[in-house]
Amino acid sequence: MTAATIAIAVPLAWLTVRTDLPGRRLWTVATALPLVIPSYIGAYALLSALGPSGLAQDLLEPLGVGRLPSIAGFAGAWLTLTLFTYPFVLLPVRAALKRLDPQLEEAALGMGRSRADVFRTVVLPQLVPAIGAGALLVVLYVLSDFGAVSIMRFESFTTAIYTLYRASFDRIGAASLAMLLAALMLVVLWLESRTRRSGALYRSAPGAARRPRPVPLGRWRLPALAFCASISTLALLVPVAVLVYWSLQSVAGEVPWGDIAAATGHSLLVSGLAALLAGLCAMPIAVLAVRFRGPFSALVERLSYTGHALPGIVVALALVFFGTRVAVGLYQTLAMLVFAFVVLFLPLAVGVTRAALLQVSPRVEEAARSLGRSPFAVLRTVTAPLISSGAVAGAALVFLTAVKELPATLILAPIGFETLATEIWKATSVGFFERGAVPSLVLLAISALPLYLLTARD
Amino acid sequence: MEAMDAISCQGLHKSFGDVRAVDGFSLRVEVGTSVALLGPSGCGKTTTLRLIAGFERPDSGTIAAGGRTLAGPGDFVPPEKRRIGVVFQDYALFPHYDVAGNVAYALGRGAGEKRVREVLDLVGLGTVADRSVDELSGGQQQRVALARALAPAPDVILLDEPFSNLDASLRAKVRDEVRGILDAQGVTSIFVTHDQEEALSVADTVAVVNEGRIEQVGTPEEVYSRPANRWVAGFLGEIEVLPGTAGNGTVSCELGELPNRGGLHGEVDVLVRPESLAIDTTQPSDRHAVPALVVSRRFYGHDQMLELRLDSGRTVRARRLGFPAWHPGDRVRVWIDGPADVLARD
Repeated sequence: MTAATIAIAVPLAWLTVRTDLPGRRLWTVATALPLVIPSYIGAYALLSALGPSGLAQDLLEPLGVGRLPSIAGFAGAWLTLTLFTYPFVLLPVRAALKRLDPQLEEAALGMGRSRADVFRTVVLPQLVPAIGAGALLVVLYVLSDFGAVSIMRFESFTTAIYTLYRASFDRIGAASLAMLLAALMLVVLWLESRTRRSGALYRSAPGAARRPRPVPLGRWRLPALAFCASISTLALLVPVAVLVYWSLQSVAGEVPWGDIAAATGHSLLVSGLAALLAGLCAMPIAVLAVRFRGPFSALVERLSYTGHALPGIVVALALVFFGTRVAVGLYQTLAMLVFAFVVLFLPLAVGVTRAALLQVSPRVEEAARSLGRSPFAVLRTVTAPLISSGAVAGAALVFLTAVKELPATLILAPIGFETLATEIWKATSVGFFERGAVPSLVLLAISALPLYLLTARD
Repeated sequence: MEAMDAISCQGLHKSFGDVRAVDGFSLRVEVGTSVALLGPSGCGKTTTLRLIAGFERPDSGTIAAGGRTLAGPGDFVPPEKRRIGVVFQDYALFPHYDVAGNVAYALGRGAGEKRVREVLDLVGLGTVADRSVDELSGGQQQRVALARALAPAPDVILLDEPFSNLDASLRAKVRDEVRGILDAQGVTSIFVTHDQEEALSVADTVAVVNEGRIEQVGTPEEVYSRPANRWVAGFLGEIEVLPGTAGNGTVSCELGELPNRGGLHGEVDVLVRPESLAIDTTQPSDRHAVPALVVSRRFYGHDQMLELRLDSGRTVRARRLGFPAWHPGDRVRVWIDGPADVLARD
């Protein structure tokens, strides 16, 4: 699963950054866009398109194809999660590729190595940290995914927890399963921290930075295009087409516009607040982690990652216990939901901000110190402006992720507080594909803006 | 006269883990002079600079400036309060400000545009004030870094390998410009370099650093022609070492006799640089010269390096002007014509 996302993401990143692929800009955006499609919308779209009695079936039936094999279950969950999580690897790898000093590759080419050889021995090792960071996000996402597996009817930890909690109100059972899942994810995190290397990436050579020349694809142009096109078709075109199809179907019937408008407002409010808070918190954490290495800062950074390691459903359950026992006044309030989102998605913001900070040479901060500025003044006038674009990107990423979050919203939202995500899930989990289509399209439209911010930054 | 020292370091030590970067470093820098810390890479010279700037804390030892203790037991002045400017090897310009912005930052709040202009004109960059720092050439970036460091009128300015990122053709010119600007400001400067020529040609005083401590401090002429030991002699340029004997008033070696200035006795080494060896086809009338055979010749344009075999079989190198040309096989006379140093045998 993670291997599949890397196999898709690394070639895509290279094609869109380093080659003369026709329509490079278009593919740059198109290949990142599946990020905005929540796994439950993707699963619902793929299921209703490719599954038995789906749209493809209707198209193929006149051609004599009797019955398509069912894609529900493991295969469906695998396909959905691969298609909608590969951008987690694509984006950091693309950013890393852009930062690479082309002179290193030229040096290797000058030693008589072939392009492929240079990619394997020079480029790839430098991409490993980015691939690792992306793969970590994928693993954590997949382990904690609830939407896709519940729609694909693939029994996993998260669906089991939800069923226990909701159907039988078996809190103890749900809690112990949640503990097990949390432990599993902490093991993943621990393994990752063992392999992480220190990541200083700033270019030390002064003078104007040079842009690498694009690699001519030659006869590989068509296969490359076909690769980009087929990924985009499956991950982007099919879901959107399906949503549009169902929307048109439902326009004929009743569309609850009022409900959708209310849900949209709720989604914007909660996600916006969470993004703002996470962006603000990310800066001090990143500075602490990168500039003041020590046991305390390592702990703070690890703690902020734990939030992401914990699946939404686990954090939500924990906050339910917290809300019903300790902070009774906060239970089922907006504040609680926003807090859950910050806990869950802060690592995204920290990761991006940290990456931005790694590119700032500590010499620049020292220069400011020697010019008579106190450490705090240096943070304010030099470090903060230099990493603010990273923090904004981090906040955009948090917004993007929060707006489509499902399980925590289902459990923690105040009664009657529906967001787009819960509207969609309510409709599709009982098979009302038409009713989920319009909110899904609205959700995609909302997500497009922060994604545009993220990709336009390149 | 402690107070006259712009910077005074006493017994500085700094270790990173098991690595002793600075190991008993002591140096006094007089006000208004330019000192070069010259040493091979990894000798601790950059760490010393960072200690003086206040980016690192010494494990032991003291640093004082004009009688004020900057670092010592229980004492540490942070870098922003030291009035010491720094020019970094990679310049460390602020990428979020333009050229004028970088200088304005150094001048602090309330600095008028006029003052920024003045500082930029000082380094000849008045015309590129609005440019982004990424668009400048290496030489221009370096001058922005210099202008930025000079803007708050520091007492001392530290330069870390200031010329190493410049093209060789540009280096000599920028070197002279920088020295001119520093002199005009009357600012004390300490710069780190691994380039002998740079240290000798720019600094008033050269401190030769090896393995975290100073091997020798002196004027460029002193460290070059009267090195304190064989390591300094070899690091500063090509050197020939000849065995000799010190006696009453004179030192004798294969190439003749020298005055015995150190009052040495017995076995000694005579250190002589190739350009201090003169050759001719005939025996000069006024001095002793020994016969030798030209074995090889390398032509460098302004000079030529000859390898000579003496009758004893020992070979020595002689550097002469490019013309007249000598050729392998020429029989010549060679003698010492210039400074030579005599050291007791280790």
